[in-house]
Amino acid sequence: MIAVLKPGALSLLQDLGRYGWQRFGVVVSGAMDQWAHRCANALVGNADDAASLEMTLVGPSLLFRQAQVIALCGAHLSARIGAQEVPLNRALVVRAGARLDFGPRVSGVRAYLAVRGGFAVEPVLGSRSTHVRAGMGGLQGRALKKGDILPTVGGLDDAEQALLGTQDFVRLHRPARVAPVPRSDGRIRIVPGPQWDLFTEAAHRCLLDSGFRVAAQSDRMGIRLSGVALEQHQALEMISQGVTFGAVQVPADGQPIILMADRQTTGGYPKIAHVASVDLPRLAQCAPGERLYFETISLDTAQALYLEREQALAQWRASL
Amino acid sequence: MLAQAHAGLHIMRLSRCGLCGAAVRCIPWGPMSESFCSSNTASVHHVVDSATGGANTDAPWSITADGDCCVIIEFGQVIDLHTNEIVHGVAARLLDAAIPGVVDIVPAFTTVAVHYRPERFAQEGRPHENLCRRLEAVLAEGIQPQNDASRTVDIPVCYGGDAGPDLPAVAQACGLSPEQVIARHIASAHRVYMLGFLPGLPYIGGLDAQLRLPRRSMPRFHVPAGSVAIANDQTCIYPLESPGGWHIIGRTPLSLFDATRASPCTLQPGDRVRFVPITDAGCSQP
Repeated sequence: MIAVLKPGALSLLQDLGRYGWQRFGVVVSGAMDQWAHRCANALVGNADDAASLEMTLVGPSLLFRQAQVIALCGAHLSARIGAQEVPLNRALVVRAGARLDFGPRVSGVRAYLAVRGGFAVEPVLGSRSTHVRAGMGGLQGRALKKGDILPTVGGLDDAEQALLGTQDFVRLHRPARVAPVPRSDGRIRIVPGPQWDLFTEAAHRCLLDSGFRVAAQSDRMGIRLSGVALEQHQALEMISQGVTFGAVQVPADGQPIILMADRQTTGGYPKIAHVASVDLPRLAQCAPGERLYFETISLDTAQALYLEREQALAQWRASL
Repeated sequence: MLAQAHAGLHIMRLSRCGLCGAAVRCIPWGPMSESFCSSNTASVHHVVDSATGGANTDAPWSITADGDCCVIIEFGQVIDLHTNEIVHGVAARLLDAAIPGVVDIVPAFTTVAVHYRPERFAQEGRPHENLCRRLEAVLAEGIQPQNDASRTVDIPVCYGGDAGPDLPAVAQACGLSPEQVIARHIASAHRVYMLGFLPGLPYIGGLDAQLRLPRRSMPRFHVPAGSVAIANDQTCIYPLESPGGWHIIGRTPLSLFDATRASPCTLQPGDRVRFVPITDAGCSQP
């Protein structure tokens, strides 16, 4: 069990999302940065779809009531146990009674804590992901509060206990096995969307030549961009249809919104493009005010990159 | 760019978009079959001869890539009941087919979105094309429109007052009295076209032509759960408190969604809906 001493700004249990129910309007949710979520799970020996704790901008303070094997991936939020900095992207053994705190944000926005055995909350419609608006999943359908108890399996084997000794925490693997990190520079790659041609050539140029700022109103539902307005040849009222993680919708004001984990199931705004799935984890780590630049790639390239990434993750997982 | 491939007895035409690389396929199966590819929106429009046998193959469709993990199958560009029945027939058929690697099937008004995991369709490194081939094979077996709407669901509604703050403005805009708006809303032949946006939120077509208004110019930040609202030719019911831009004419105490029920949604696509007026007393929040 893990006790929540301070909840942090927005700490949510998430897994890979609640798929299979979108036809009923059920929002998928799930980890914003699925790469970090999966790496954290892999490091502690969990399946990809075990729940992790997604912690945004300001991390919580957590007290481990039992010894645990844990991993932290994603944003660098100055995690520490006692006076010691907690390394990212490594499996750690922590003692019962250790307290995990976070400090200033150094890079990224969302950190993921995985514990071996996962967080043992009851799945709702097949998923432990939290969707706050619907009050569904995770811990009572909401973000963590002070005083919450997160149920975990916990426990160490003898070798891990011996390795830990009297320390607060210790690296489980020697030499360290470090999770791979996706590229963090360069342009965000997009595949032109079904309504690409509804937009003017000037809009295409703007999208590819000028940068867009991540707006402060961005959240788990969508990353709002501000920049030059993207204009259409003529305003078109579209019939609502299914939408995806990474769809770049353009409402009437011309300011694009990239749909993220808590996106609605269907939408009616024109989609000028879709962010390649391999670049979604980077978007999930963008802070308000950051500038983004885009480049187009073909669908084939986007899917080739996707398959390469899956292969890389499978190989790394097998090496653990 | 045009490539050709063979699959079973059908010649499959593959059109690829030079701009985005999205690919679409069609199986022409009669002398009247044609396929069109618009230059770079990665969509093919099919016209299939219904006389060539098989059940109900008169539905033209197009399959368009929607990012690298989804395709949209489109059956028309106008909202009407028949198109919507085809959409739900196809969605039911695809659910039955249970294609491994397809993670969600989302029918809307005129489209079915098929969400998939590319790594499950990775043969020869062409997930999109492999998925399209599977979908075309299912569609080629024939489409049965889902028009067996045997269910009629009664939705109790408290019209007007605090429950329906926009009723007076709607009445004024339509040149009717509030009582006439209610009477026309009750008398409309309502059918559920789709669920979407929020868990269990129904989009209900068939609104009386006299009641058709565009959405509010200023959406509300907080629409209470249970609100019954109209815009254009539709009615919707908000299952949760949510922002919303439709005209709120009433509220139902009925719960539209409950994840703990075996069938979480109260309404299903195809359902006929009867709105039944109730008094204030019966209309506390759901």
